[in-house]
Amino acid sequence: METKSINELQDEIVEDFSMYDDWNDKYEYLIEFGKTLPKLDEEYKTDENRIHGCQSRVWLNAQMIDGKVIFEADSDAIITKGIVGLLVSVLSGHTPKEIAESDLYFIGKIGLQEHLSPTRANGLLSMIKKMKTYGIAFQAK
Amino acid sequence: MFDIEKIRADFPILNEPIRGKKLVYLDNAASTQKPQVVIDAEKYFYEHQYANIHRGVHYLSQIGTDLYEGVRKQIQLFINAKHEYEIIYTKGTTNAINLVAYTFGRKFINKGDEIVITEMEHHSNIVPWQILCEEKKCILKVIPMQEDGSILLEDARKIITPKTKLVSTFYVSNALGTINPVKELIRIAHENDAKILLDAAQAIQHYPIDVQELDVDFLVFSGHKIYGPTGTGILYAKEQLLNQMPPYEGGGDMIKTVSFEKTVYNDLPFKFEAGTPNIAGCIALGTAIKYVQDLGIKNIMKYEAELFKYATKKLKAIEGLKIYGTSKNKSCVISFLLEGIHPYDVGVILDNSGIAIRTGHHCAQPVMDHYHIPGTCRASFAFYNTKEEVDVLVTSILKAKKMLS
Ligand SMILES: Cc1ncc(COP(=O)(O)O)c(C=O)c1O
Repeated sequence: METKSINELQDEIVEDFSMYDDWNDKYEYLIEFGKTLPKLDEEYKTDENRIHGCQSRVWLNAQMIDGKVIFEADSDAIITKGIVGLLVSVLSGHTPKEIAESDLYFIGKIGLQEHLSPTRANGLLSMIKKMKTYGIAFQAK
Repeated sequence: MFDIEKIRADFPILNEPIRGKKLVYLDNAASTQKPQVVIDAEKYFYEHQYANIHRGVHYLSQIGTDLYEGVRKQIQLFINAKHEYEIIYTKGTTNAINLVAYTFGRKFINKGDEIVITEMEHHSNIVPWQILCEEKKCILKVIPMQEDGSILLEDARKIITPKTKLVSTFYVSNALGTINPVKELIRIAHENDAKILLDAAQAIQHYPIDVQELDVDFLVFSGHKIYGPTGTGILYAKEQLLNQMPPYEGGGDMIKTVSFEKTVYNDLPFKFEAGTPNIAGCIALGTAIKYVQDLGIKNIMKYEAELFKYATKKLKAIEGLKIYGTSKNKSCVISFLLEGIHPYDVGVILDNSGIAIRTGHHCAQPVMDHYHIPGTCRASFAFYNTKEEVDVLVTSILKAKKMLS
């Protein structure tokens, strides 16, 4: 199966969001998206997997399978879970190198950065940082 | 009387469109907005009167000193302190509590002595005591909270004992809005020969405070919560205590003479005010307090009480909404959760509706732990808020509930 590149996935999200012109619809989308995401197994909700800097609790689990990094994430706040889910859908299933070198422009393009409070934006940033760190760490292995 | 339209017009930010909507500012417990007169006072000082104080014989320095000291006098009268020099300028409540911990605490609290707080303190009234206890091997005792967010006086009577050197507690809780039975706590502390500090950060803007009538030993508050500038605050302490306490920081202004053999500390209040202070801020704080005095603290109380009653009734009526902190004695704070919904999600939706509330633990994590919740949504009110704004809040909560469940 041909997998889509990180940028193709980003462009799809940007396209999806371009249909919405007010925050209401954007958040409805995020909330609905968040609801469809699977829950992370309790065993992965460890302190080690916690992302700090978010007001809600966020966990990120990463595994290396057949040369690809598989991310799973969860949050107890649904909007956060939606955003985190977008990041996972873009980055998961790619090689460590692709992840480490990715440029995540979709966040800005769909207007999330601007709409999120500083605390949340920090959470988002630490999440991205952590995902990239996994990319770098898995490359080294 | 209370002309709400006129009052709202005094606060320029209330007309600021937020995310294309009319701002509904309900985060007053975190900080209050500033009336134009306060903003102007600071600006005017810098434009026309600015110089460093207490130091120069020149004209501007004297004007600055007079204004700065005039505000001290004003605050003395505002809280009815016996002497002007019992009013110490600080950077805020946190700074004032740390000052007491560092000076009074280090000198008078020793190994095995006890400090008593409650389960509902702001972190700034927990951590300084923990630091002191670590250093001095004294013991921090905690009066537990009840489900409704109040304390029992019988618990206070058990925990405050002759071993207690200091009771340090809030007047009004920022997380739940509970009003503490301060008169009784002061009496219990004194019966045990302990001193008592009141954290009035959430009380000074809502209730008249008379430190002599209360007979409180220390009282602290922040300027920014009483419509004044950030970086200003007050420590009131009885003269006798201030005289016994060692200085906090060393530097200019706090000394009489300095030599390498012997440095003589300055008189009160300067002994506790090292370095160049927030001169413009303190002057504008005086303007803020005058603004409150002109409105009349009793009028403010009456207006806020009615608004608070209305808001409580309206929020209570929302199905699935639970209010945390239901004690009979409550101030302008409503902490709540929607069933099955994370407070953060509610905060995001309300924010997008132009409503500013606070979500999270409100610097009172033990309270959230007590209820086993991650945090709450907190709407906190000031005299410029209206029933119409409460209605907007209710509509937006209903909308958030619909979107999120
Ligand atoms: C009850 C209480 N105590 C202390 C503080 C700390 O005040 P500041 O941050 O102004 O020092 C606050 C404000 O958040 C408060 O509400």
